[in-house]
Amino acid sequence: MKNRSFSEWFLCSLALVPMLILIASCQTMEPALNVGAALGVSTGVVSQSQANSIVRGAVAVGKTFQDITPEQEYYIGRSVAATVLQRYRPYDDAEANRYVNLLGQSLAQASDRPETFAGYHFLILDTDEINAFAAPGGLILVSRGMLRLCKDEGQTAAVLAHEIGHIQGRHGLRAIKSSRITSALTILAVEGAKNVGGGQVAQLTEAFEGSVTDVASMLMNSGYSRDLEREADQEAVVILGRVGYDPGSLVGLLKEMDKRMAKGGPGFAKTHPDPKDRIQGLDSKSGVPAGPPPPPERKARFARFIAEV
Amino acid sequence: MSRTRVLTIALFMVLAAATVWAAVGAMSVQVKNSQLRATPSFLGSTAASVSYGEQVEVLQEQGDWAEVSAAGGKKGWIHQSALTRKKIVLNASGKDAELAASGDELALAGKGFNADVEARFRASHRDVDFASVDRMEAMTVSPAEMIVFLKEGGLKSRTGGAQ
Repeated sequence: MKNRSFSEWFLCSLALVPMLILIASCQTMEPALNVGAALGVSTGVVSQSQANSIVRGAVAVGKTFQDITPEQEYYIGRSVAATVLQRYRPYDDAEANRYVNLLGQSLAQASDRPETFAGYHFLILDTDEINAFAAPGGLILVSRGMLRLCKDEGQTAAVLAHEIGHIQGRHGLRAIKSSRITSALTILAVEGAKNVGGGQVAQLTEAFEGSVTDVASMLMNSGYSRDLEREADQEAVVILGRVGYDPGSLVGLLKEMDKRMAKGGPGFAKTHPDPKDRIQGLDSKSGVPAGPPPPPERKARFARFIAEV
Repeated sequence: MSRTRVLTIALFMVLAAATVWAAVGAMSVQVKNSQLRATPSFLGSTAASVSYGEQVEVLQEQGDWAEVSAAGGKKGWIHQSALTRKKIVLNASGKDAELAASGDELALAGKGFNADVEARFRASHRDVDFASVDRMEAMTVSPAEMIVFLKEGGLKSRTGGAQ
């Protein structure tokens, strides 16, 4: 008798857990309720009950950047990179671009997220501004101004590894307003059910456009949060160590940036925390040189590269 | 008593349904293309290719790498970042769409943000530079080239996920 009441109590409280989660998430998901309007019930795309069930599902779960699949991330990233390339022209030097791709892809395979939907690709931007961008999915853009700061291959690796850290953590996607994600993924579900009508396609394109703008303006104007910058710095140190670069290369690079960057200037100075603060945020061991000195070929190929940029 | 039994059975069924996909070690390829390799390393020789949505069976895991088998007798090592527990549906039905909207177990390939949506975006943003993005994506590095780059630079590859 005693056992029965205990097991009943236990099972009932188990059943309460998802209900409580649902109640809690509903409070934060108000914008998501508008997505019902996006579903083409009036145009006969889906039945009323089907639409209801899809909306219920999407709203109950609550969509965040984590629900964006690598495929969706890839399409967002392409448009973000294309938007950044509207402001900055690519630097058309095949040898220099080949070097950043060899270096960058060697670093990416040592990261915790070596595989993205269409892989990592690197491109140099033809500008003196000190800057670098990581478009979601693995499209990394780095300026000539930034590369010219680098004193050796390790520091160049530190620039690229920091950007790989942003891709790995999917930091760019966090700039997207959650209402857009819920809206897009809900329409996606309807699209899966049947071919969408003109209204839904327009709405989906609008959610896409909004997402691209959210990420691109964060990359070019507001910057990531300090916490995400620290996370990318820490990931960069890990990646450098795994491949065999001096993990202190990042501190070396930050010191160069501190010397050369105008406070309140454009590019990195505007979107990133002060290099001094970033150095403080790093583990003390990242300043200690590790292993034997680099072979002459590493210095020679870096010298050839830096002469090109 | 009967209420308890009903609740118990219901709970059991929910748990069973949730674990059946995970229990068999089935996963899906979540990237456009990837390789099954002879050893758990990006520098290992390629045994076979797999593509988006293909289902694989995990045979064993070593660090971040999984040895898997796929249809057609394919077998080899793949990095876990290329795989997802979700089932990827290439041609979704209405039922799939409902499941995808409500749960974590299903993803729809080629739906939502896709080439069509990108084409619409391009049509209304004519000065956005997709030509450079396409050139960028064409810049690839083969494992052989990476081996030479690492070796000449006195560098190493992270193999086996052991580090």
